[in-house]
Amino acid sequence: MSVFITALTVFVLAVFVGYHVVWKVTPALHTPLMSVTNAISGVIIVGAIIAGGPGEYNTASILGLAAVALASVNVFGGFIVTARMLSKFKKR
Amino acid sequence: MNYESIAALAYLVAAVLFILALRGLSSPETARRGNLFGILGMAIAIVVTMFNPGVHNFVMIGLAILVGGAVGTVVALRIKMTDLPQLVAMLHSLVGLAAVLVAKSAFYAPAEYGILAPDGDIFASSLIEMLLGDGIGAITFTGSIVAFAKLQGLVGSAPVSFKGQHALNALIGAGILALGVVFVITQNPIIFWMMTVLALVLGVTLIIPIGGADMPVIVSMLNSYSGWAAAGIGFTLHNNMLIIAGAIIGSSGAILSYIMCRAMNRSFLSVLFGGFGSGDNAAPSAAAQAAQRGANIGSIEDAVFLMKQAEKIIIVPGYGMAVAQAQHAVREMAELLGKEGITVKYAIHPVAGRMPGHMNVLLADANVPYDQVFEMDEINSEFSDADVAFVMGANDVTNPAAKDPGSPIYGMPILEVERARTVLFSKRSLGIGYAGIDNELFYKPNTMMLLGDARDTADNFVRALKGGH
Repeated sequence: MSVFITALTVFVLAVFVGYHVVWKVTPALHTPLMSVTNAISGVIIVGAIIAGGPGEYNTASILGLAAVALASVNVFGGFIVTARMLSKFKKR
Repeated sequence: MNYESIAALAYLVAAVLFILALRGLSSPETARRGNLFGILGMAIAIVVTMFNPGVHNFVMIGLAILVGGAVGTVVALRIKMTDLPQLVAMLHSLVGLAAVLVAKSAFYAPAEYGILAPDGDIFASSLIEMLLGDGIGAITFTGSIVAFAKLQGLVGSAPVSFKGQHALNALIGAGILALGVVFVITQNPIIFWMMTVLALVLGVTLIIPIGGADMPVIVSMLNSYSGWAAAGIGFTLHNNMLIIAGAIIGSSGAILSYIMCRAMNRSFLSVLFGGFGSGDNAAPSAAAQAAQRGANIGSIEDAVFLMKQAEKIIIVPGYGMAVAQAQHAVREMAELLGKEGITVKYAIHPVAGRMPGHMNVLLADANVPYDQVFEMDEINSEFSDADVAFVMGANDVTNPAAKDPGSPIYGMPILEVERARTVLFSKRSLGIGYAGIDNELFYKPNTMMLLGDARDTADNFVRALKGGH
């Protein structure tokens, strides 16, 4: 149970960090905020890599490899489209 | 130090880099560096995981990353800025599906994740965490697909509502909970899959009744869900970085939903249960009615004359401008006016686009400098000393009916264009907006209507302004 309590502590504190960081984001950049969170949510790839990691193929590892591919779309797509958007924001 | 400790430290560094990535978005100057922090964090997280002693299948993993990465790269480079909401919805759905797959995988190979109790069963707490990641992921997956289909116009954006809808959703929700309890007790894979199927159905039935006008809220809400799903998987894997990333994304999406709801003066629950906004803004009777009531319909020459006399012009762009691809011509028009010594600013309502901040990106894409673009709260006090407010493809967000307690949009914060000396409206017709109500402003004596396609109107402006020399 203590593992769960530690995880819960991290979770609750991170929600607070997120709350404060996101309120500071300028409204003009809310779309890049969403696309960069798309990219970061692709970090679920770490779970997918562990799932797809074993050398042998079974239900678990095949599901894992599929998840690796899906999460990679997010990682690459999210960061690239964010960079594309941000490169357009210029001053006079 | 063993692998576990090194990995934990590296994951901590990655989590901090993710927070810095969001922190950078507090201003356009620091945002690009923030994005690089995010990329660095992701690279660290992936490389460290590759060194996990349980990971051997490097070729297939590399191949999967290559395939997914190639798809993501091509889509991200090709997507039009008007279609960003669809891309974001698609990416939400992929995270949801990935969460479902990882949760299933953890169930079939619990030893890989160290969640087996000594008696050979999976820990009950791990089963619950798995259910959360799986269930939220499944709802996010199908919900985002429905949102994508609505945004892309594959299905009508009109709210689909039927009798007993809420009762049905409640029933499905109760079914998911009941199956969850049975699953934790029996660990039966069939029950697990049944629960996933119900969650997939719930994703559809939750989003299908929501109308086009509420899409910015829904896209934000699904953003939040994708974060909670990732956090759920983080709990299953005992991975603090995944928990932190998921929690931050979850709260980010929740805040954006709140901001969008506030901008439309709608409560979150009424969006969820609503069915607001038909997406159909062509009301045949409205135009006839408008002609009777004597809207002041002007020509480009009149409008150009007014603008050249002005000292300060505020442009109010709406989604209609982007649909007509008029933003480049509008920017050129603004530049020409700027050369005549006229101050030109842009005013953006929070729900001007199809998702939070969308209009800012569309203007930036048309090379409008971001220091000419202002948010509603910053610029509302300036309309009273503006000579011309030029409203282009926007309607409801300027409607003074929002101040009338009897109106359906009562309480929605608006851009107070009626305070400007003259209001110019470029609109396709005198039709009503998303909210389905008439705009009093069209019939005010100091309002001039420019009917026609926004792109043609802006092009005509540019031609007239150039011809004037």
